[in-house]
Amino acid sequence: MIYDVVILGGGPAGLAAAVEAKKESAENVLILERDRELGGILNQCIHNGFGLHTFNEELTGPEYAEHYINQVIELGIPYFLDTMVLDMVDQGDLKVIHVINEKEGYMAIQTKAVILTMGCRERPSGAIGIPGYRPSGVFTAGTVQRFVNMEGYMPGKEVVILGSGDIGLIMARRMTLEGAHVQAVCELMPYSNGLVRNIVQCLDDYDIPLKLSHTITFIHGKDRLEGVTVAKVDDHLKVIPGTEEFIPCDTLLLSVGLIPENEITRNAGVEMDSRTNGSVVGELRQTSMPGVFACGNVVHVHDLVDFVSEEAVLAGKGAAKYLKGQLDTNITFTTLNGDGISYVVPQKVSLKNVEEKVTFYMRVRQVFKDKVVNAYIGETLIATKKEKKLLPAEMVNFKIAKNILAQYPAGEIRFVIEEAKK
Amino acid sequence: MYDIAIIGAGIAGSYIARELSRYKLNVVLLDGENDVGNQITMANSAIVHAGFDAPSYKLKGKFNAVGNIMYEKVCADLDVPFKRCGSLVVAHDEYELATVHELYKNGLINGVPGLKILFKEEVHAMEPNLNETVCGALYAPTAGVVSPFELCVNVAENAVDNGVTLKLNHLVSDIKKIDDHFSITTNAGTIEAKFVINAAGVYADDIYEMVGEPYFQLLARKGNYFIFDKEVGNLVNNVIFPCPSKKGKGILVAPTVHGNILIGPDAEPVEKGDTSTTADRLDYIKQNALKNCPSLPFNKIIRSYAGFRNTPVADTFTTTDGDFIIEESPVKGFINVAGYESPGLTSIPAVAHYVVEEIIKPMIPDIKENMDYNPKIRPRIRFDELNEEEKIAIIKENPKYGKVICRCETITEGEIMDVIHRSVGARTVKSVKKRCRAGTGRCQGGFCSPRVIEILARELNCPLDEVMYDQQDSTYILSGKTKSAKSEVKS
Amino acid sequence: MKKNMTCIVCPIGCQLTVEPKNDGTFEVTGNGCKRGPKYAYAEMTNPTRMIPTTVVIKNAMLPRLPVKTAQPIPKGQIFDAMAAINQVVVEAPIKTGDVVLKNLLGLGIDVVSTRTMNKC
Repeated sequence: MIYDVVILGGGPAGLAAAVEAKKESAENVLILERDRELGGILNQCIHNGFGLHTFNEELTGPEYAEHYINQVIELGIPYFLDTMVLDMVDQGDLKVIHVINEKEGYMAIQTKAVILTMGCRERPSGAIGIPGYRPSGVFTAGTVQRFVNMEGYMPGKEVVILGSGDIGLIMARRMTLEGAHVQAVCELMPYSNGLVRNIVQCLDDYDIPLKLSHTITFIHGKDRLEGVTVAKVDDHLKVIPGTEEFIPCDTLLLSVGLIPENEITRNAGVEMDSRTNGSVVGELRQTSMPGVFACGNVVHVHDLVDFVSEEAVLAGKGAAKYLKGQLDTNITFTTLNGDGISYVVPQKVSLKNVEEKVTFYMRVRQVFKDKVVNAYIGETLIATKKEKKLLPAEMVNFKIAKNILAQYPAGEIRFVIEEAKK
Repeated sequence: MYDIAIIGAGIAGSYIARELSRYKLNVVLLDGENDVGNQITMANSAIVHAGFDAPSYKLKGKFNAVGNIMYEKVCADLDVPFKRCGSLVVAHDEYELATVHELYKNGLINGVPGLKILFKEEVHAMEPNLNETVCGALYAPTAGVVSPFELCVNVAENAVDNGVTLKLNHLVSDIKKIDDHFSITTNAGTIEAKFVINAAGVYADDIYEMVGEPYFQLLARKGNYFIFDKEVGNLVNNVIFPCPSKKGKGILVAPTVHGNILIGPDAEPVEKGDTSTTADRLDYIKQNALKNCPSLPFNKIIRSYAGFRNTPVADTFTTTDGDFIIEESPVKGFINVAGYESPGLTSIPAVAHYVVEEIIKPMIPDIKENMDYNPKIRPRIRFDELNEEEKIAIIKENPKYGKVICRCETITEGEIMDVIHRSVGARTVKSVKKRCRAGTGRCQGGFCSPRVIEILARELNCPLDEVMYDQQDSTYILSGKTKSAKSEVKS
Repeated sequence: MKKNMTCIVCPIGCQLTVEPKNDGTFEVTGNGCKRGPKYAYAEMTNPTRMIPTTVVIKNAMLPRLPVKTAQPIPKGQIFDAMAAINQVVVEAPIKTGDVVLKNLLGLGIDVVSTRTMNKC
């Protein structure tokens, strides 16, 4: 059998993309999930705060996931669990996905279109090379989130968290509620990498100090973690001698960044963007490989699942259009991250595929206050968005209507941060 | 009463145990750790040296090239990944070229095959990512890379399969010579043996002092390392050594047998047991590795670590000259295999043969061959390396090979269960990692370590929070269950 | 006394300035939507928080079931609430929204399941 769309990952992106593709009349849709159930990382994110944009209510991760899982079931979309994709081979009109699982064994699944929704993984301690020993008790925050929330085990009692990413902040509260003592959250940058609400709700509420411009300079303990040395850093992120402080702890959680998981994408030969660590995508999340789409954290790391779902709808629509032969492949615009902006997604726009508007997602390089994000084509300012506060941790979404874009010839849309005009 | 007790189940002790299992002897292999190969064997450069460095009058020079040649067979017999990738000692100027020529000459004396001095163009054609300033090199095609911990585990497994008794978690605290035998006190009981082989790594001097007057002293010299992601694994094809100086072999850049890139080590005298990395040392390695390989992408580092060598101190108190100490000690029946630093890993097949044939055998006149000795072990399934047909077949035979646990390295549940149930089975997360690489990839166990803990707990029939990361009892991973905090209310 | 606070009703996190007025009400500025003043008022008078956590579940695929308080509870009673929730043991099957603990601490607020977990 030849599938219409195979979706690589049953997390929030994969579920929403599958639902949308099916609704847009793709007939044979299949979801491949490597874990034991659908829902992806949402299953361990038991905190509330999901779905405000999508559902106008504050759901927990499992509730948000269940909403989409129910739709997948209602629409009769089949899925394989505990199934690992080994690779994806492009044969032009057909893609072959090699997968394994315990039940069916080794399968070569043929499909016309593919949506990549593998998500992201946490940056491990090895990657940031903290000096010292390598004892047990050093975890990534997400690993502990799964232990605590799903398996019901605690990793320790006295906790230090490095990195103020959202998972780190959420886990500071979670560990506190479960009886552990969180000594501090250390953040290398002079600003937090997590959402403001998480700092208020997860740290301030529990008097957990957030040490900005601080890093860990040494991990103590040959066997189990015994403590960390924390020090202040200067403007160049270099340790300031004499500011070192020993904090005894048995657990160190790392929340130092997420990296899109694109091994399959790279091996298949899809064009990548070094700014996002994801694939280069168009307005309907089409990649450089015809018939292959990508959405969610595998394209760029999001801070809100609502936007993942939003992007997944685009990819689902795109795959359905591709199957009908209606996907335009002429690129009208490319995008560029100008001053103050570290990346823009999508990187390409085919205007014919756009219905009403294009939402450009981007991140800023540093904290800005009272600035505007301007979009230029050539020297012409085509759209502008006022922002009271811009944080690297919070993705900016910038909508430009189709009828505005249609006024301009093909070219490059450049997004920059500029002073607000009085 | 054992015939022979070997203290230390690192690569030296384990290999000698296997070599002894060719004979009908009652051999016990002791280690204080809860796994074999857990110290020096665990953290080193993983290089099988060609053998041109050490002078021929030293044991290091005598055993290196011979040991190197023996690697093909032992790695084939024991299913250990080994790659004869070759090595280059690169020179940046005339002085270093002179050193390269000296090494070449010494290599010829030591019997190193295939040595060649390369011109600048030849070096860069072979290694396009080397610094432009490299103007020549010594090429040694027989140099290779191996997985030292897999070698150690499999050597120990083969020894056990051939009748050796392995006793882990037996930390030796005292040794007494009583008449014609030795009484070895450990934290887990007393062991008696007619002969003792001291292969206790950096602690070999302490062990010897339990029974004899000290005549050598070992210094722990720590070396820091970085491991790079496989994505950049083809940066170099050969092991790249800088020209050696009085300080040592310098910072090397090497492929690993599993496809990563490794750089290191520095050399810093430390207290025994100090395996901490330090910021300045890591930076020193970076800067020095960049001299030969300027495009090293430091954003692709996946791990840093440190290990130590056990270097014999050459001073008035000792009688050693920095060479291996491989001999029957002044205490009769007590054999030292000490000061066993680089090229110890490379030399061990030859050294083990020497210890058994030249030292032990003459001591036991009525020694008999073990007719059941089998030099091979049952090969492991390496799912990732199978072709499509083999993959289909193995999952059909055992569905557990259809469940990927370590996503980065594509290691299946079947492989993890296998390493747990072998005769030197994995008992900890680290010992699983050593044996089948689950957790050695770019996410460093972020996804798979909870799964590995579950599998260990299930297969060893214990609760999750009893599974250790490494050392027994002191490296717990989980401290207990949630919801166990009773109604204590915080103010 | 003016007070600055970060609104956490939604992820945008507006910086609110709250000024108590003589009549007992508050003047709120900086809010992006009308939920802002409501939040500010609550924070000034009776701050409340949702508690998402877990309870022990038997005979399910997992040993823990995620739950939440159906309504936000007073901030000062979070740890008392946790102590009560930690005593709860439920049996699969459970559906999303099922009450696992009625009338938490007598607050008139239930603790409800946030996912479906089948018996296994």
